[in-house]
Amino acid sequence: MHFLQQVINGIAQGCIYGLIAIGFVLIYKATETVSFVQGELMMLGAFLGLVLITVLGIPYWLAVPATLLAMMAFGFLVERVAISPILGEPAFSIVMLTLGIGYVARGAVMMIPELGTELQVLPVPYRDQSVAIGGLIIGMERLVVPAVTAALCLMLYLMFRFTRIGVAMQAASQSQSAAYYMGIPVRRLNGLVWGMAAGVAAIAGLLLAPIVMIDSNMGFIGLKAFPAAVVGGMASLPGAVVGGVTIGVIESLAGYLLPEGFKDVAAYVVVLIMLMVRPNGLFGGEVRKKV
Amino acid sequence: MTGSTLKLSNVESAYGPVKAIRGVSLQVPPGMIVAVLGSNGAGKSTILKTISGMVVPSRGKIEYGAHDITGIDPAAIVRYGISHVPEGRDVFPLLSVRDNLLMGAYTRKNRTEVPRDLEAVFDYLPILKERCAQPAQLLSGGQQQMLAIARAMMASPSLILLDEPSLGLSPKLTIEIFEIIVRVNRERGTTILLVEQNANLALNVADHGYVLENGRIVADDSCERLRAKEDIKEFYLGMRETGIRGERRWKKKKTWR
Repeated sequence: MHFLQQVINGIAQGCIYGLIAIGFVLIYKATETVSFVQGELMMLGAFLGLVLITVLGIPYWLAVPATLLAMMAFGFLVERVAISPILGEPAFSIVMLTLGIGYVARGAVMMIPELGTELQVLPVPYRDQSVAIGGLIIGMERLVVPAVTAALCLMLYLMFRFTRIGVAMQAASQSQSAAYYMGIPVRRLNGLVWGMAAGVAAIAGLLLAPIVMIDSNMGFIGLKAFPAAVVGGMASLPGAVVGGVTIGVIESLAGYLLPEGFKDVAAYVVVLIMLMVRPNGLFGGEVRKKV
Repeated sequence: MTGSTLKLSNVESAYGPVKAIRGVSLQVPPGMIVAVLGSNGAGKSTILKTISGMVVPSRGKIEYGAHDITGIDPAAIVRYGISHVPEGRDVFPLLSVRDNLLMGAYTRKNRTEVPRDLEAVFDYLPILKERCAQPAQLLSGGQQQMLAIARAMMASPSLILLDEPSLGLSPKLTIEIFEIIVRVNRERGTTILLVEQNANLALNVADHGYVLENGRIVADDSCERLRAKEDIKEFYLGMRETGIRGERRWKKKKTWR
């Protein structure tokens, strides 16, 4: 029974990793750079939600879309103002830049008196509710996570498959030069992709907040979402979610079955094994660039 | 569909310190097929890339009809009616043939015309209709070239820039592709600016030709007259005039040098 409980906890945690990993993958596919700011975007999303609900007193169901929209706009702006000008520079500079933006974000939140320095609780309507399924008692906050993740994945799938802008994003990622020739506004799409990545991260933050406390360091979870993206193949959206859930479950079971300490390194052990066995990741196809 | 005249005046483009084209002036009147000939690295592709806004010229002026299109955004140039078929096809490998074609129509304002245009394009290239749902990477080289041309046609252009359509294709397929190009030109009135290494084929198809060497235009005439020129014959068509004893005259040089 405990074992199952751990698996369910692992799935919920893994979905959070998966959502942040979706951000990594989106940005990697669009601009072939790795953004390490995803964890901080999640933290910012959680904090923004907190401020809207507790400080401004906006009802939860209004605060969620407001947070989402604000974070998407923020992601778009970050790309336009900071990332876009240095695209084309060595990948290392861009990685350092995203890390830097992350530090600035964390520092800025910590400067907010009281709110930024103490642990905060996000009041959500489904707090303290639970469902009993055959002897198992599962907290509502852990059930909501996989449900929202699944819905979000479905929405992303439909968008990339059937909308003009979604197909154009795929096209730009497959051949940027051809996309320019077709008159697809590649730069604006890159900004939109960042906006989407920030939006998904903000949702992850709002989902994670009821499970853990909100604090300015919660963004470090991004460092565990990166392995999730790698396990999934770095360029595959379903891979990111599957990788996230895999790492979440293994981590949770490692904490339950193995001695203290294994839990924290479990994600990285999984990545190491993955890179040895299947360097392209679970869903990574063979490299198909040909001349 | 009546196009406008494309006019390049004294255009210079460089990749960093390397000048690729040095003061090129040329004219492409509406409804014509104009060919730019030249060997590897002469700057042919750079001319096309400069016209379509991928390379910003360091000097000179590019006009399309009344519009000055020098150095403006590639998307705006597509909207003016200039479509580029890039060298080496450059189709979107994982998108279906259909989605590839729809991406060609990305800048179209009137979305209701797109399905009709799709049918019109399939009329020229029926093989693409059969392969509609397949990812473009599964097509053969010739089919990918056809897809690249069809994708450019989907923008409903008045001028198509064609970069080496014969690249990597068998002679038979090359002729097939050129027949399609001529048909598009004759039936739809689409102006075509063609860049080719296969000078023989290009001179047979085009109305007017420019010869490019080291980034400069060294000859410019109707294709008929270009075909008759001794030096063109020798250097581009591979026809050699030899003396009685089989040796070449030392005096034979390119007339433009």
